[in-house]
Amino acid sequence: MAKIKNDNSNKTEEKLIISSAPHLRSKWSVKRTMYLVILALMLPTAAGIYFFGFNAIFVILTSVIAAVATEYLVKLLRKKPFVMDGSAVITGLLLALTLPPTIPLWMAAIGSVFAIAIAKEAFGGLGHNIFNPALAGRAFLQLSFPAQMSVWIAPSGFAPDAVTSASPLSDAFEKIGSNPEIYRELLIGNINGSLGETSALLLLAGGILLIILRVIDWRTPVAFIGATALLSLVLGQDAVYQVLSGGLMIGAFFMATDYVTTPMTRTGKIVFGIGAGILTVTIRLYGGYPEGVCFAILLMNAATPLIERYTQPRPYGLGKK
Amino acid sequence: MINNTLKPKYRGIPQWFKIPEYKLTAEYFIKTLPLPDRVIIPLHQHIGPPSYPVVKIGDKVLTGQKIGDSDEFRGVPVHATVSGKVVDIISFTDVAHNKEQQAIVIESDGKDEWIDMQTIDDLESLSNEQIISKIRDAGVVGMGGAIYPAHLKLTLPKSGRLETVILNGCECEPYVTADYRVMLEYGEKVISGLKIITKLISPDNIFIAIEDNKPDAIAHLTTILEKSNLNSKVKMVPIKLKYPVGARELLVKALLSKEVPLEGRCRDIGVLVHNVSTAKAIHESVIEGRPLVEQVITVSGGVKNPQNLLVRVGTPVKNIIDYCGGITDEANQVVLGGPMMGSAVPDTETPLTRGTRCLLLNNNQIRNEVDCIHCGRCIDACSMRLNPSLLAKYSKAGRYDDCGEAYIDACIECGVCTYVCPASIPITQYIKSAKQQLSLME
Ligand code: SF4
Ligand code: SF4
Repeated sequence: MAKIKNDNSNKTEEKLIISSAPHLRSKWSVKRTMYLVILALMLPTAAGIYFFGFNAIFVILTSVIAAVATEYLVKLLRKKPFVMDGSAVITGLLLALTLPPTIPLWMAAIGSVFAIAIAKEAFGGLGHNIFNPALAGRAFLQLSFPAQMSVWIAPSGFAPDAVTSASPLSDAFEKIGSNPEIYRELLIGNINGSLGETSALLLLAGGILLIILRVIDWRTPVAFIGATALLSLVLGQDAVYQVLSGGLMIGAFFMATDYVTTPMTRTGKIVFGIGAGILTVTIRLYGGYPEGVCFAILLMNAATPLIERYTQPRPYGLGKK
Repeated sequence: MINNTLKPKYRGIPQWFKIPEYKLTAEYFIKTLPLPDRVIIPLHQHIGPPSYPVVKIGDKVLTGQKIGDSDEFRGVPVHATVSGKVVDIISFTDVAHNKEQQAIVIESDGKDEWIDMQTIDDLESLSNEQIISKIRDAGVVGMGGAIYPAHLKLTLPKSGRLETVILNGCECEPYVTADYRVMLEYGEKVISGLKIITKLISPDNIFIAIEDNKPDAIAHLTTILEKSNLNSKVKMVPIKLKYPVGARELLVKALLSKEVPLEGRCRDIGVLVHNVSTAKAIHESVIEGRPLVEQVITVSGGVKNPQNLLVRVGTPVKNIIDYCGGITDEANQVVLGGPMMGSAVPDTETPLTRGTRCLLLNNNQIRNEVDCIHCGRCIDACSMRLNPSLLAKYSKAGRYDDCGEAYIDACIECGVCTYVCPASIPITQYIKSAKQQLSLME
């Protein structure tokens, strides 16, 4: 940093910094934001490891390392500086959390490579991508390897005898009813499903942490979850079950709140959340896939520029005489 | 503390994100800076046509003597701020206002001999025209930083009148305490200035808006008001501190629930906003016959002895810094004005000009700009409800017409968007340069 010598005999003040106002900046940086998200993601990550043991650890490590390495290589090829701003870690982590614990590791790695290289960097890198990279990666795997992407095991922690069974949502049409037993399992996460999507309670805690720290805006998750619950009720579904199961919690708090791929305006965030909620329920009930959150968010990502265009704030003094 | 504080609703810097106030000098009495040996007085220290010199090199001048004047009513004269000899007329790059102009250099004779000043005992003996011309002759400009000639604001529009006067005692920028000290130490002059304004405008409502972090100033002005004949007409409004509350657009909105039209001024909706220090200058010009040759500034940040100083216009920044004990090691930047809206100057020979309220020695930690991550913080914080990120993007791409369509004109350059941006994008700078390009295109 430039210093100013100010001895009285001879004032040499060559290095005065010229900058444009404001000359004060807040402490927030992109890095800080990203690391706070990673911190919050540690909660569901811990739950995933607790319930799915070594499988979870390997899948998470593979996809995070693959994501960061891909980012590094792509930056090298594009001759752009590589900054460890944490965004690649988030992508890898989020992807891992949406995968089945039994997924072959190479598949997880491919998902990460696709997420970073195609969904993010090909669009121009952080800030320019249209689709949420982690979800794009997951969608890619879902379409390429449908069989492996729907193998679900019951949580068994670090015990070796995993039992394959259906994910709760694929039973959605069967009569589950308002079973407090199941609600409790869903909240805690002791249930078969994706690696990090199972513990609704910890996801909620992480999400609320981010809201309190002002990293994310409360509007998106509230609108998303609210719309899902309401529409489920209207369609005669078990709303609590719809909200707690599948990828809704992680989607609403961690993916629909991604800055880059969702609207910047406050109204836009509400529109986005409601739209994603409606699409989620629609896909779950009428679509070909048992889980709709992933595609619902991706579809809304595509609609984001449009939403933004129509939700710009009205400038001060406009239309006043 | 104060009850009935007005809590205006607008965006701006949110509570949890607040800028520290850094009001280091709030309790320091105003001291007078010893006369400088040399002053550099730019001829264009206001908005409007520049003045031309009316003295030659070698002329002897007295303090307060006119050295620059303008033939247009919209212009204001410039005065010598020390007595002595005109030694040079130089061309000078005014970084703060981004223009090239002439400046007159005067070497002080150390005697500080003033011109004859005509004091007035009875305001009623003067006609409105006489008052206006006294204000113009004294070179009074907006001291809140706008440097718009005061006499123009005080001339009633041809059709109609101004119903509301707002005396602005908000000083929302960090560090700055000059207006606060002026209210405490020159309260009588401020209220007397307000009386003159009232006589000229005869408004229906008068508000004095002061932030709630200055209870002493509120109490002091209230006491003075009670003794004056203005008391029944004036409403004192404590207002919640939230940057940029002192911006006139936001004061108008907070006090009157009206918005200044996008392409208009306050007077289009019948409002006049004047800063407290301007009111003081108006008093001095009319009652004391004293031209605007000095002003109170806050010297703060990285100097050994931060303080409030009464300084002659045209004093080189270096003199002020030396008087305050010199720059500390951390400071790497000299800013004229507050940290949010002031201008960094390249060297300490730069003179202080009219309307500058602060000299800040700043420690600027330059951060690299990265790509916008669309976090929307700037939108959430823009009190003019613009989309700063979009404006910055257009400006960067040279799409100035699009900037115009995104209402760039409404931007008050408060700097809040840049303050909150995690990607360190100098949004305000992009906006300013786009505005400049747009004005060139016209
Ligand atoms: S500088 Fe302009 S765009 Fe930025 S917050 Fe202030 S008014 Fe809004
Ligand atoms: S605050 Fe900065 S990073 Fe965030 S949207 Fe505005 S310009 Fe982009």
